[in-house]
Amino acid sequence: MAVVPSLMDSLFQRSIDDVIKGLRLCPPGTESIFISKSLDEIRREIKSTDPQTKATALHKLTYLHSLHSAEMSWAAFHSVELSSSAAHSYKRVAFLSASLSFNPSTTQVILLLTHQLRKDLSSANPHDVSLALSTLSAICNPDLARDLTPDVFALLASGKPFVRKKAIAAVLRVFEQYPDAVRVCFKRVVENLESDDMGILSAVVGLFCELTEKEPRSYLPLAPEFYKILVDCRNNWVLIKVIKIFAKLAPLEPRLGKRVVEPICDHMARTGAKSLAFECVRMIVTSLSEYDSAVKLAVAKLREFLLEDDPNLKYLGLQGLTIVSKTNMWAVLENKELVVKALSDVDVNIKVEALRLVMCMVSEDNVMEISRILISQALKSDPEFCNEILGHVLLTCSRNFYEVVFDFDWYVSFLGEMARIPHCRKGNEIENQLVDIGMRVKDARVQLVHIARELVIDPALLGNSFIHGVLGAAAWVSGEYIELSRNPFEIMEALLQPRTSLLTPSVRAVYIQSAFKVLTFCLSLYLKLNNGNGNVVVASSSMHRFTKESFVNLMNLVETNLGPLAGSNEVEVQERASNVLGLIKLIKLIVFGSEGDNVKGEVEASEMVKLIFDAFSEDLGPVSVNAQERVPIPDGLVLKENLGDLDDICGGDTEFSLPSSFSIVKLQKMDAAGTSDCTSKEESETLTESTSLLAEHRKRHGLYYLSSENAGTVSNDYPPAIDPKDKDADEAEDLARLTEESLVIKKKPNQARIRPVVVKLDDGEGFNVSAKKREVEGGDLISGAVQEVLLGNEATATSSSSRKRESSKKSRERNKQQHGHGKERKSQSTGKDKEHDGQGQREKPKRKSRQRGDGGALPAQSS
Amino acid sequence: MIHFVLLISRQGKVRLTKWYSPYTQKERTKVIRELSGMILTRGPKLCNFVEWRGYKVVYKRYASLYFCMCIDQDDNELEVLEIIHHFVEILDRYFGSVCELDLIFNFHKAYYILDEILIAGELQESSKKTVARLVAAQDSLVEAAKEEASSISNIIAQATK
Repeated sequence: MAVVPSLMDSLFQRSIDDVIKGLRLCPPGTESIFISKSLDEIRREIKSTDPQTKATALHKLTYLHSLHSAEMSWAAFHSVELSSSAAHSYKRVAFLSASLSFNPSTTQVILLLTHQLRKDLSSANPHDVSLALSTLSAICNPDLARDLTPDVFALLASGKPFVRKKAIAAVLRVFEQYPDAVRVCFKRVVENLESDDMGILSAVVGLFCELTEKEPRSYLPLAPEFYKILVDCRNNWVLIKVIKIFAKLAPLEPRLGKRVVEPICDHMARTGAKSLAFECVRMIVTSLSEYDSAVKLAVAKLREFLLEDDPNLKYLGLQGLTIVSKTNMWAVLENKELVVKALSDVDVNIKVEALRLVMCMVSEDNVMEISRILISQALKSDPEFCNEILGHVLLTCSRNFYEVVFDFDWYVSFLGEMARIPHCRKGNEIENQLVDIGMRVKDARVQLVHIARELVIDPALLGNSFIHGVLGAAAWVSGEYIELSRNPFEIMEALLQPRTSLLTPSVRAVYIQSAFKVLTFCLSLYLKLNNGNGNVVVASSSMHRFTKESFVNLMNLVETNLGPLAGSNEVEVQERASNVLGLIKLIKLIVFGSEGDNVKGEVEASEMVKLIFDAFSEDLGPVSVNAQERVPIPDGLVLKENLGDLDDICGGDTEFSLPSSFSIVKLQKMDAAGTSDCTSKEESETLTESTSLLAEHRKRHGLYYLSSENAGTVSNDYPPAIDPKDKDADEAEDLARLTEESLVIKKKPNQARIRPVVVKLDDGEGFNVSAKKREVEGGDLISGAVQEVLLGNEATATSSSSRKRESSKKSRERNKQQHGHGKERKSQSTGKDKEHDGQGQREKPKRKSRQRGDGGALPAQSS
Repeated sequence: MIHFVLLISRQGKVRLTKWYSPYTQKERTKVIRELSGMILTRGPKLCNFVEWRGYKVVYKRYASLYFCMCIDQDDNELEVLEIIHHFVEILDRYFGSVCELDLIFNFHKAYYILDEILIAGELQESSKKTVARLVAAQDSLVEAAKEEASSISNIIAQATK
């Protein structure tokens, strides 16, 4: 690489314009080639010693980096090199590239910049100074901060307002990176609060706004100054920031709130600027929510916002109301119509805010009305928003065990209605709630069964795959509470209708199991009738006569429909169908078995049926999520994680994933069965036992055999997999034990309120507060330093006298510190000597030398 | 505080990016992609604020450019809208009826102007006149330097070094 710049390089270097034009003109898709070519050129050019060439190269590189994500960290040193150039233009390019590409934590040459920055910070040319300040604020890291604090400190009292303003803004970064700088600079910063220049004032106030975000308490002593600004200043930018500061300070000091509420309401009423008005409103409703009159004014303002056409204002109005709703619900209720109107706004953001607000308003009295409004809105909306509404409604109504729902009959039919909404994708949640209510709320079961019947009867719904989960729940309900149904035969027909073949296997399995329950119920009724009890206690409102004929018809219906399913490929379906078919066989014994010597069989069969029916008529209650954990593990049993051993047994291709969309209760049943199995055997035996069971099971079901005719022939004379007699009794017992351990809520509507016996659920309600912990450490350090500074000099009542005292103390402190810093910067000894800098007023000399405090040339004490 | 400023064209091309918080290069690309997707698809009559990753992004469309600024939850959105407008007005005054092409070819000047308005993510100068004056002063410095550099004597000196 030639070090000496060739004429070719410098004269024919491609300028930034050329690069830009070239990029725009190159055919699409070839940009990356063009960019890499340019990067190669730049690599060559940048090594040149000619500053012009270098600057152009760096300039191009900056462009490619910031807009086309080219990698530029290799050029960091060149930035530093170029920044030492005397010409402002090159310096500008260098510093721009530095501030855009340096990373304070990883760029290693950043410390090399220290010296240059220092030079520029104390340069005569104010533009150089401002350039250095901008760069410092962009790339500050702790070392830079520490080294350059004195320079920045000097600039805080600079003569040029724009330099001072920049210094103040930059000093925030310095504080963050190097908290000790606070001790040095803070006083000067505070002095600037008295400044007349709006630029400086807004910079200072902005600085304090940022600082109070982290640790407001330390800045309480400055409240009087802020108050003065609040009352006197007319500049909106400044006012907004000051109000923000008070929003943070007022909660800490009640007297402060009392004093500022007047001026703030004043501003809010008088100002034409919406931004200021909104800030006032926000401040009042967050920090001054105890002052009713102020809140009323704020809410009135919010109402104005809501009435505007401008979507921004509407959105902000809704946001404001959301904040108010936490403390003053009446405000939201007052503006109910506007909120509801906003639900049908064009803008999604506004709609969602309105929806959230509506949800806040929900209470026991108005839940029905609000739900009605929301559902009609949902029907009109696009699928996304529709589901948003449904989700919110489901969540709110089910919160805290259906706290807001008083009329469960209405709520249950409402759930059915929601399930039928065309775009509904909340089937899962609805399904869960249907089952949950069935278990918890005894009195709602009649209505629940009614709704469930409607759902299972409708053949059209079977075609909609989104609703299958809900149908599963409906089938379960129908089966479980069949005694409350009006027409069991109808239910049976519905459960077995041909279109159920459209269902997913897991849901189908539920249907079949429910059919099982219905069959058992009908059978037990039949038995009761047959056993000569003339006045039969038939369960509520069943109107059909259970003649033998109707019952035989029922059985035939079941057999016809489930017969083919016994050969199905799906395990669950096949198993349950086979169960039912087996039962039918036994029943046939009873019903037709009055011939000859099958009397014994008949008696056994009827006893067995009675047991089954008893098992099914046990009331199922909700089971706590923790119930499984409460089952004590017996000694000597080691439960391995995740059924890992099964992998060895089954050669790793088994998937024992139970149907997850099914109700929790079934799962518990299986678990109960599982644990009762395990507990009764030794560990080693457990494994072999389950292995042999598994092998048998596999043999029987032909799980891994492709030939379906095998399965067909096998299943015909195949005894039920689960022996109904034993297992059901066991399961029932286990379940009873488990449900005793958990707690059940029974709610009686139209009567006294719930006695909330709350099941302890797992805390899945972790609030994900995305708290940005911005340098909490640093914040503490800063606030510590600030407190030292502020409270160390006890400020007296009048600020001016304190200022004078402060200034003298300050200069003495400064002396010590400057000696303490020990950085000899004799470099700029170009004799521009300072005068006093005293009380931070405008300086005549443009520069102050840093040796000011040295050698006893103290500022004139104006005492 | 303002975390970053993005200028994106209607077609999704980035015209200016300025980051006031540490973001790695990969993160930057990701952010730009996400926000472009969110903002460019919004219709004209909708409100100018979007929620994104726990922050708020305020955007405004001027001709074919979207000016986006990302702020904290506590910040005042209307104020930021004003800041954006302030920036645009200054650009307008400086370039004289600014258009996107001006910003494309003079991206560095846009940066310098932005540096006068925002520092460390906070507004520092709310007076348009002051900013204009400052930038003009800087430009004149640059001009002077350029003239000096391009004087014939200099070129000769360079070539014969």
